[in-house]
Formats: sequence, C-alpha cells, structure tokens
Amino acid sequence: MRGGLWQLGQSITSRLAQTDKKTVGRRFFSAESELKKTVLYDFHVTHGGKMVPFAGWSMPIQYKDSIMDSTVNCRQNGGLFDVSHMCGLSLKGKDSIPFLEKLVVADVAGLAPGTGTLTVFTNEKGGAIDDSVITKVTDDHIYLVVNAGCRDKDLAHIEEHMKAFKAKGGDVSWHIHDERSLLALQGPLAAPVLQYLTKDDLSKLYFGEFRILDINGARCFLTRTGYTGEDGFEISVPSENALDLAKAILEKSEGKVRLTGLGARDSLRLEAGLCLYGNDMEQHITPVEAGLTWAIGKRRRAEGGFLGAEVILKQLEDGPAIRRVGFFSSGPPARSHSEIQNEGGKNIGEVTSGGFSPCLKKNIAMGYVKSGSHKAGTKVKIIVRGKAYDGVVTKMPFVPTKYYKPT
Amino acid sequence: MASRLVWASRAASYLRISIPFRGFASVVKDLKYATSHEWVKVEGDKATVGITDHAQDHLGDVVYVELPEVGTSVKQDGSFGAVESVKATSDINSPVSGKIIEVNEELSSSPGLVNSSPYENGWIIKVEVSDSGELKNLMDSEQYSKFCEEEDSKH
Repeated sequence: MRGGLWQLGQSITSRLAQTDKKTVGRRFFSAESELKKTVLYDFHVTHGGKMVPFAGWSMPIQYKDSIMDSTVNCRQNGGLFDVSHMCGLSLKGKDSIPFLEKLVVADVAGLAPGTGTLTVFTNEKGGAIDDSVITKVTDDHIYLVVNAGCRDKDLAHIEEHMKAFKAKGGDVSWHIHDERSLLALQGPLAAPVLQYLTKDDLSKLYFGEFRILDINGARCFLTRTGYTGEDGFEISVPSENALDLAKAILEKSEGKVRLTGLGARDSLRLEAGLCLYGNDMEQHITPVEAGLTWAIGKRRRAEGGFLGAEVILKQLEDGPAIRRVGFFSSGPPARSHSEIQNEGGKNIGEVTSGGFSPCLKKNIAMGYVKSGSHKAGTKVKIIVRGKAYDGVVTKMPFVPTKYYKPT
Repeated sequence: MASRLVWASRAASYLRISIPFRGFASVVKDLKYATSHEWVKVEGDKATVGITDHAQDHLGDVVYVELPEVGTSVKQDGSFGAVESVKATSDINSPVSGKIIEVNEELSSSPGLVNSSPYENGWIIKVEVSDSGELKNLMDSEQYSKFCEEEDSKH
C-alpha cells in the first residue's frame, strides 16, 4: 500500500480523492492535458501552488507554506480556498421542494427561505450517494453544491428522477452553475475581511444562512458555511470576477488570510470531525451510521418519502450496527483502512480517515466500529503496519467549532 | 490490494508530473545515494543511513519515524521503517545490506530532525555492512543531483 519516499502522492491523493472507486481509473488519471482548470489556475501557480490531479481537475494541494503551517494559519487568521471544482446547482420551479425531498433526508419544506443545511442524497438501500449543502433560496429555488468527484453520478441520479417527476406533471428544472466559481473564505478574519468588500451587514448573516448580494462589485451567492469548523463563507462568484475577488480578499487581509490548498483543507475538516465523501461515507453507509441522524428532519422521520427511507427509519428505531466515531491514538498516525480491534484483539472496525492534527499536535482519526464499542472513552487497538497501538474513542469535533450563531 | 498498488504508483507518477522542481535541495559530497532517496555514509564496515534533503522537502513536516529494532538484518533496497508526514506515509529502504547496530532514538521524541537536519541529527539507523561490493549500485552526489532533476522534469 505504501510507496517509497518518492511516492508521496499515493497517500495524499488517495486520501483526498473524493471520487468513488470505479470512476477513479477513468477520471483521476486522465492525461494532464485533459485535467480541467479553474479560472484561478494561473493565480495558484504564481503563488507557488503545487498542482495535483484531483477528481478530474488540476488543483493546488498546498502553496509555499507547509500543510502544518497552512492549517494552523486558517484557524488563527484565515484561509482562502479555491473550491471551484465543486458543482453548484440550482433547482427551480414550484415543485422543487417536493422533488428534492424524494432524494435527500432533509426537511427542505421546513427550511426558512435564505437558510440551508448539510444533507445526504440517499439510494434505495439508504446508503449515501453524496453529501451536499442545500439552501432554500425561495420556495421555488433551491441552491446546492455537490462534491466534484460525485458530479457525474449525482447529476445522472438527479436527472433520472427529474425526468420521471416531470413526466407526472411536476414543475422542476435545473441550472448547473458552470458560469460561476466557488471560493471558501474561512477563519476568524473571514467576516471582517469580507465586510470590507460588501455593503451588506454580515453580522446579520448567521451560520447556515444564504444571501444574494454584491461583493467587490460582483453579484455573488454567499453562504455562511464551510468545511473547516471555523466561521466563514462559501462565495459563488461569476467566473469573470473570481480572480479580482481572490486578490481583493488577500489584499484586504494584509497578507494574514493566505491561499490554502486541499492538503490543509483535509486536515481542517478532519479536526472538525467532518466526513469526506469517498472515505468516511460511501454508497453502503447510511446517514444514521455516519452520525448524521441530526440531518434527518423530524418530519422526514415521521413521514419517510425519501429513497431508502424504510432502511433508515428502521435503523433509527433499532440503532445502527456500526457507527462513525473519532479516535486519538499513539504511535504512527492511523490512516484509512487501518484495522480497529477491541482490547481483546478482536476486529471491531476500520479507520476511514486519519492523520496528524496540526492544531492539536497529536494523531486523530475517524472510522466505523460496531455499536457497543462506540462510546467515548472506549479503549481500542489500532493496527498500523502489523503492530497494535493504543487508541481511545473520542468525541468529535476534535477541535471545537466556531460557527457564527445568534447568541 | 494489487489494484490499489497500481493505482498508488500511478497516482505518485502523476503527482510527480504536476509538482514543478522547487529548487536546489542540498546534497553532501562524500555520501552515496539510492534511487529511493536515502543517503548512506560509510566509515569502515559501518554505515549511517538517512533520507535526503530532497526527500524531506517533498514529504513536508515529518511527524513520526517508525524505527526498526537493533539487531535486525536489512537488505539493500529492502524496507526497514517508515516516515510519516502530515498526509503521507513512506517506506524507508536500506541502501546497504547488513545488521542494524544503532537506531536514532531521538527521532521518537523529535521526528522533525529529519526535516531540520536530514544529513546530521536526522540520521535514522547505523548498519554493520555485510557486503561493501553493493556500494557500487549507489549514486554519488553528482549523479544523485542529476537524478533528482531528471525525475522532476520527466514526462
């Protein structure tokens, strides 16, 4: 599984590739010339970005700073991420909500206009097709962002169900926002820096909320959300304005907000206890097993009506057989596919993401264990290269989240 | 597993294409170098082994070094341990065959020495060399510098 010193890419890219295994061969290894570039590609290269193939795109894995420094800087000051490889999508039409509710576990109807939530697209068996942040812009407009590596399969899935839905007279259509780029601005300086660039009062925009507004002279979709556990924003900006916006953000922060690559993004989300689709969540894992029961709306639990609802509602009643938990461990960092044993040496599960936490300066990991072994404080053994190391089940997030919520 | 291996090595080769040569990592004249980016310093029948500046630069912050036991036998090109950076795990191969007579225990508490002092305080093992004839399979500093440049600019 490991390469020599030179094959660093192996573990970096395998851990970050959000693609499901089948599409990896085809998309991930397309020739370099076939890789898609975001409009900020040259900007990344100019700023020392190490570009790597990621889900069909050439993306910066890090810049001049080490992943360690970059991760810490995001929590101390701020990080700017180009996440334009992710797929923004709008559903429009008066039946958008009932349509989407067939595919996801969220109570979309219950969302106030201008608010959003993390949700999961499920399959017939209750497994996760993808996770996604969805926003109800208005009652007939939903905005959502899906993973780059899942784009093709997600769009095919939505399209198939949309055809059937429309055939029965449902009013829904989509627009894929390929004309836009997506920037994530995260960390304590995110709000003060962005406030310089807009007249709207950002202190009134709380975690999970959405607004369409002018930022740096361009019409943007702004969501107070992110993938780091910090306060921050995802900014969907017309692609022709993306470069100016990125420059303006860096400039207004006086160099404190730094360009941050996929490597640090992965450390940040792991420290925040957030799932990476393809690692911590897959086709056969249900939202209940993944610890995302909170994302299943109360009304949805009562009514069902989404794909795989029977399986998921039964799990809610009986409890899932396996559960996603966090770990601290000694020895080398546990990586995905490390075996987890109980103290008696019996297999109880597998690590799905793991590494050295740049902020806590110790090993953190997440993985799935059999129910019963999932309580915080449970001692486990994690097997790395044939040796058993001590680990303990730990509550997540590992680093406290700092979402901006009304007090 | 086999398919993962293929996938891994291909990922690595693609990563190589994409990373521009970042600068001139240092090499030390009297050392010998392996294609897997370890160095060896031979004094009599004893050899000190570590990873090169070039390797540590590409690995990034080393957070853990898995050391072998003293007394273990190593073979030329055989793996004897691992270095872990924030994101990556990499094998360390021995440039020479022989028996391990000392390991750098300091790396257990200070793995970062591999980054800050790859050719001195960041040494990893000392080996009693069993076949000095194997040294001819290794590169000298000039060949190694050229090898790194070629590897970076390949494809």
